Amino acid sequence: MNRSFFARNPSVLVFLATLGLATLVITAASEGLGLGLISTSMVKTLGKTLCLALIAVAMDLVWGYAGILSLGHFAFFGLGGYMIGMWLMYERTSQIVTQNLANAPIPPTAEEISDAIGSQIFGVVGSAEFPLIWSFADSLVIQLLLVVAVPGLLALVFGWLAFRSRVAGVYLSILTQAMTLALALYLFQNDSGLRGNNGLSGLQNIPHLDQVPQSVLSVWFLWASALALALGYVFAAWIVSGKFGSVIRGIRDNESRVRFLGYSVERYKLFIFTVTAMIAGIAGALYYPQAGIINPAELAPVASIYLAVWVAIGGRGRLYGAVIGACFVSLISTWFTGGQAPDINLGFYTFAWVDWWTILLGLSFVLVTLFAPKGIGGLFDLIATRNEETQE
Amino acid sequence: MSQLLEVSGVSVTFDGFRAINNLSFAIGSAELRAIIGPNGAGKTTFMDIVTGKTRPDAGRIRWGDKGISLLGLNEAQIAREGIGRKFQKPTVFEDQTVQENLLMALKAKRGAFSVLFWKPQPADLERVRALATEIGLEDALPLKSGTLSHGQKQWLEIGMLLAQEPRLLLVDEPAAGMTPAEREHTTAILVEAAKTRAVVVVEHDMEFVRRLDCRVTVLHEGAVLAEGSLDHVTANKEVIDVYLGR
Repeated sequence: MNRSFFARNPSVLVFLATLGLATLVITAASEGLGLGLISTSMVKTLGKTLCLALIAVAMDLVWGYAGILSLGHFAFFGLGGYMIGMWLMYERTSQIVTQNLANAPIPPTAEEISDAIGSQIFGVVGSAEFPLIWSFADSLVIQLLLVVAVPGLLALVFGWLAFRSRVAGVYLSILTQAMTLALALYLFQNDSGLRGNNGLSGLQNIPHLDQVPQSVLSVWFLWASALALALGYVFAAWIVSGKFGSVIRGIRDNESRVRFLGYSVERYKLFIFTVTAMIAGIAGALYYPQAGIINPAELAPVASIYLAVWVAIGGRGRLYGAVIGACFVSLISTWFTGGQAPDINLGFYTFAWVDWWTILLGLSFVLVTLFAPKGIGGLFDLIATRNEETQE
Repeated sequence: MSQLLEVSGVSVTFDGFRAINNLSFAIGSAELRAIIGPNGAGKTTFMDIVTGKTRPDAGRIRWGDKGISLLGLNEAQIAREGIGRKFQKPTVFEDQTVQENLLMALKAKRGAFSVLFWKPQPADLERVRALATEIGLEDALPLKSGTLSHGQKQWLEIGMLLAQEPRLLLVDEPAAGMTPAEREHTTAILVEAAKTRAVVVVEHDMEFVRRLDCRVTVLHEGAVLAEGSLDHVTANKEVIDVYLGR
């Protein structure tokens, strides 16, 4: 079955080869395992970019293929990050606390250790108690399951309520914005149990891997991110290649017609919304250990809007378009807003990229929507048609 | 003859306007029926009610051998019960090929998981090819349906209906915008389909209705005005007044 799948979707193989090659090249040029041409922070940026590409693939599934313009998928991404962040922070703090207390004259009790970890983690929000949601923070396996389960469950409940009432189009988009805003505001509270606006930090320090330098860890995370992107891409390509893909594209183009064919449109929407939320959670869980910190600002509504902009610029309704959009726009954004781009002195006015970049990005979004609705991915179609024409 | 669909005493009001007024209608399991009537007579609303798009304020709809009620079911459930609908404006999925359109409509399990793992069997592809031949699109299978002509889209939609294998077909103005030759072909498809299932055709064009050569129901102001052969209803004084004599 796999052979025929790849034979029917040659672009998937091209994508996998490109991704593999890029990962190898970055590895060979890295400080940790290669020639040291690329700094460790750059490797982390590239690894994070692959995670963003993965959530862009999810966004393309839900928006580009199923036509649901969700402006809340970064909430799922952030939740995935929080879930893995809880384990990372708990386990590392526990390691440090145990080491410190080991030197104490009287051996500490389990309760003392737990209290010490609690005050280490929650001191900043004036508490030493472990909130209920940290019950499983000591178990990597459970927190990994929660990385997909929590975003999945939120999407399932939210989607069930929204789709059942046949909320669609711009109203649904607004509702998803409200969801991510509400979640961010909740997490900002000190008693949310996730350290309020401090968020979770020190996530780049992986417990039990202290002896591994960050330069090597960054390459490992790059591989993990590349693997997740590859699997996510193949999964998404498989979903949209068959009849299921036909049905969701049908829903995008004319949902009442699909209903009259006997398909429960609401169930399909709920399915794709939930599955993509889970993919977003996985992407977030790989992103934040590379970023080192997660706080509620990550779930701000504008983050999810950026996601839609990437997919639109890359070209929606084609998976490689989403990847191209996410990589291209997020990397170029990093460059322009990182102060690396030289300011342009016009004499009467100094054009600072940091100030103008967001405006230029917004402008390019408008231009792409108006003049190139297929985005950058559309250029590939154009080239492909040209080739066909010259062959004929 | 046992009735396949029995609509009795159905009424529906939109913002005070009575679109359907105590309408009763029945059709047998292998019957061709034409519904005619002036604009605003309630023809499209009638189809909306039967297919679950609009909920009536009053009345009953009984379906099938067991006489189950359709009122509690949504559009998708009613479609799965075996009622297919063709819209006035051809609505095919233009971004997808003729083959994909037909495969999507083909009778099979409709659940998300069964669809996800569904793979077309040789028999399914054979069936799609046979349907495409029946609607004159056998050479167009790999083409995007958006590239088809208006008449071809109408046929593709009829083909999708047949692929669903419904027991009742509701067809809204199938001949609109067709050339005379295309109309003839459409008539043949519908007459053939009605040999094994019930077919209801809503039509404005009297010439087309005459060619269908079937029982005719005349709607007026949301109720049945007359029913019988075309000659019978066109001789009816009331029908002439409200419709034909305009």
